[in-house]
Amino acid sequence: MESTDSATLFSAELKKQLDKKDQEIEKLKKLLEQYQESACDQNFLRHEREDFHLASVDPVSRLSKNDIERYSRQLILPEFGVKGQMKLQSTSVLIVGAGGLGCPAAVYLAAAGIGRLGVVDYDEVELSNLHRQILHTSDRVGISKSLSIVRSCQRLNSRVEYVPYHLQLSSDNAMDIISRYDIVLDATDNVATRYLLNDACVMAGKPLVSGSALRFEGQLTVYNCSGGPCYRCLFPQPPPPETVTNCAEGGVIGVVPGIIGSMQALEAIKIGSGIGTSYSQRMLLFDALDGTFRCVKLRPRSQACVVCGEQPTVTQLIDYVQFCGAAATDKEQELKVLDKSSRISAKEYHSMLTSGLDHVLLDVRPEVEMDICQLPHPNINIPYATFTKDVQRAASQILDKMEDLKHGYHSNNPQEDQAYRYQQQHKRGLNTEPSDEAWLTNPPAIVCVCRRGNDSQFAVRMLQKEIQARLTRGEADHGGDQGIKIVDIRGGLHAWARHVDDQFPVY
Amino acid sequence: MLPITVEFSGGAELLCGNVKKHDVELPKQDTKWQIRNLLVWIKDHIIQERPELFLVGNTVRPGILVLINDADWELMGELDYEIQEKDRIVFISTLHGG
Repeated sequence: MESTDSATLFSAELKKQLDKKDQEIEKLKKLLEQYQESACDQNFLRHEREDFHLASVDPVSRLSKNDIERYSRQLILPEFGVKGQMKLQSTSVLIVGAGGLGCPAAVYLAAAGIGRLGVVDYDEVELSNLHRQILHTSDRVGISKSLSIVRSCQRLNSRVEYVPYHLQLSSDNAMDIISRYDIVLDATDNVATRYLLNDACVMAGKPLVSGSALRFEGQLTVYNCSGGPCYRCLFPQPPPPETVTNCAEGGVIGVVPGIIGSMQALEAIKIGSGIGTSYSQRMLLFDALDGTFRCVKLRPRSQACVVCGEQPTVTQLIDYVQFCGAAATDKEQELKVLDKSSRISAKEYHSMLTSGLDHVLLDVRPEVEMDICQLPHPNINIPYATFTKDVQRAASQILDKMEDLKHGYHSNNPQEDQAYRYQQQHKRGLNTEPSDEAWLTNPPAIVCVCRRGNDSQFAVRMLQKEIQARLTRGEADHGGDQGIKIVDIRGGLHAWARHVDDQFPVY
Repeated sequence: MLPITVEFSGGAELLCGNVKKHDVELPKQDTKWQIRNLLVWIKDHIIQERPELFLVGNTVRPGILVLINDADWELMGELDYEIQEKDRIVFISTLHGG
């Protein structure tokens, strides 16, 4: 009996050890796989300062059995047919921008069997991209967007040749990259790259299928095709930078770029297969709120156009960032409007809160964003738009609030009460820092905050000016010898999340 | 009175209280109503903030496309176009997001 027991035990122990080794082997296999994949990705990805040479796409003269089955539903369209398919498979398309427009455009071009698909993007996948940039996945956050698109498309159709470029398209590399493709899709998110792409496409003689989307609206047109106008014929001058809104700032419903990007793929397929585009000298305006598509007639090519006209003056690519007065990205720029003395850091504001210093917290974000998150202190919300519209009204509201504060704080706003309670609870958990900073001897009476710390600076500047004017006219209470000190929080709520409370939501 | 429709889109509506469509009646005047007069009238009667983001000098700022009955205003004579009853004039701010 005893020996049988020990034999059972021994075999159980062996099995346990074997399982453990199996797990280790599995783990090592996975690691090797990941390593090989990423090494392969690095070889596959094209980077800056590389030779962009590509062999030309082999013209297709017959379809394989597999091709016929895969593309059968489009082959039986008389307008498209085998001829259209073969032409498409001999065509190369470059998508610039692997975002909300680039993803749907890429997926339909890949599915339809384009010959070669190049995808340019300098950026990596972020969580806030995924609601619209549908070829990226949660587990690809942090990896190259162009590579992510290509990986997704490969699973859909491995018969297409893919070329991912992890780089910023610039005046230095644009001609070299674009000249190797037949059709270019503008799926970018900024004005400078749009002018760059336009000029490069005119110079290289490539049709440019241009899409754009913001909020609930989308626009689509094809430039430099069938004798039609180019982007510069329509817009010789770039818009003032302050009138340009991006998706991070203005927001966008994911389906809107989805629709426009799909239409960009459609027009590219029509051009590539020989059907031709419907959008030369025409523009599609899509309004998702009204549910309307409107097609408008545009002006013809301008003979006086500086790039595609009779006597062009722009004959090589220029500095587009300078031309547009705006960066070639949609990343938020950190502005420096205010003097150092009118700004405090998120950490400094935190110690102000823990010291319990009386002040008015002014949040200048749009009303809709107040529902997303708020700082743990009762605030007054006056959207920045109110400042630009009526700074006097904004100033009066704030001065009234200060008056209230003098007579003890009473909130009539449940949201503020909630924020206040949160603060009280939070205080205990937060580390009280020593409040010996010099600025605490003259603490601010008004602290202004916004999402990233740009609008807040403009608001403070306008407020300082308005209140100073009132003081001079004797219309406002001086608030002590040093006047009313107004500051903003450098970096806004983003800085608060980064430096003070890592549980604070970032949007 | 000259009834027309004025519309804003692509973000230009944010300059006029976020209202896209405006049915308006232009008051009678001795001379014909042209787009150039309409622009000033719009600035005075419809635009609510930052008029400099609508008009620069006597014309629309760069980046705004003007459509007269679904056609680029350049095809229609731009500032000189003579406004007709029931015209639909649209100001579109071009989008750049993607």
